[in-house]
Amino acid sequence: MDRQTDFASALNDPVDPPYLYAGYRSTLLRAPSRPLIPIAHTLSDFTGPLFGPEHVGSLDHDLTRQHEGEPLGQRIIVAGRVLNSDGEPVPRTLVEIWQANAAGRYAHAEDQHAAPLDPNFSGGGRCLTDESGSYRFVTIQPGAYPWLNAPNAWRPAHIHFSLYGPNLTTRLITQMYFPGDPLLAYDPILASIPDPAARERLVSKFDLDLTEEGWALGYSWDIVLHGPSATPMVD
Amino acid sequence: MSLIPTPSQTIGPFFAVLAPVVGWQLVPPGTIGAVTVTGTVFDGAGAPVPDALIEVWQANVTGRYAHPADTQEKLLDADFSGFGQCYTDADGCFRFLTVKPGEVPGIGDTMQAPHLTVSVFARGLLKRLATRMYFAGEPANERDPVLLSISDLTIRETLIARATGAATLRFDIHLQGEQETAFFAI
Repeated sequence: MDRQTDFASALNDPVDPPYLYAGYRSTLLRAPSRPLIPIAHTLSDFTGPLFGPEHVGSLDHDLTRQHEGEPLGQRIIVAGRVLNSDGEPVPRTLVEIWQANAAGRYAHAEDQHAAPLDPNFSGGGRCLTDESGSYRFVTIQPGAYPWLNAPNAWRPAHIHFSLYGPNLTTRLITQMYFPGDPLLAYDPILASIPDPAARERLVSKFDLDLTEEGWALGYSWDIVLHGPSATPMVD
Repeated sequence: MSLIPTPSQTIGPFFAVLAPVVGWQLVPPGTIGAVTVTGTVFDGAGAPVPDALIEVWQANVTGRYAHPADTQEKLLDADFSGFGQCYTDADGCFRFLTVKPGEVPGIGDTMQAPHLTVSVFARGLLKRLATRMYFAGEPANERDPVLLSISDLTIRETLIARATGAATLRFDIHLQGEQETAFFAI
């Protein structure tokens, strides 16, 4: 990627990874080679899809109750708030997740990892944030899994998150990681984020208050959407 | 004080374990004026991309977005959200059934030609790619501020869907290379 692109990305994306990141091999043929074209935001960007209760089933937030039996693995609760960069809650926004099962295998035909599928786990969920911007999922701890990016490469355990926010500029797809995972230090997808403080944003925290006695461990993870209202970062 | 935003990460190859929250049909089949948009996503080697999510967002036929930020006094259609999603298939193909939107306001007094905003997510994309789809033969294209801002006509042309029939359009997306689609810094 040329300097102009890097400059443009830096201007628009103080925290996001670049498109081209050699350590993540799949970017090599998929990253655009020309600089992104600057565009003035208009109504086309300040609007975007909105969702409501009609888009979410009553058990969609609980990935342990989507089948007849319970999935194998460590039961966990993942919860937090969706905020804008001013720290204000983003209510009634759709949050979607998907993940591997406890053995590190996705319920997806293309996943060739030689680990067992779990007939009681599909690995997808969704919910809406409430008035305080809070979301909550019940699921199982996903396993790490090998991938073909490099010899002996393993992805750290993670849950994929997809969010919309109030308009198109806040659309975000990302991944949540778990604290203390030794694989985090080896993961090129996480390392593609240049700023260590921004990288830290993707690591959830173990939360004893969220943990339910005799039942499930709690991890808290807040999500900060960026959009045109984002002001320069102040630390 | 401003919080550090949560950075983007790739959608990865396995997002299809969760079915799309909305489908590829923005209008019911048989809708008057409906058009089918089909396309293929290609990588820099010209190979199809079978693990991409394509999202489109557009105004309705009158040129109004179904969103509170759009306060124009144009007719709103309760049955038209303007949002569609499609996972590419094994051949890298996607499709949408929709209607051509009306013109929408641009910066200042300008109007924008009918267009769909298009987002691309895929394994190997660490963040969203944003582009637009315009309609071939639309006179308003000649004065669209976004199209006019792209001086290279070959690059500008990548944003125009070609008519392949009375109600069918083709809009391929090239992530990289000679035919690379114009992508915007959103």
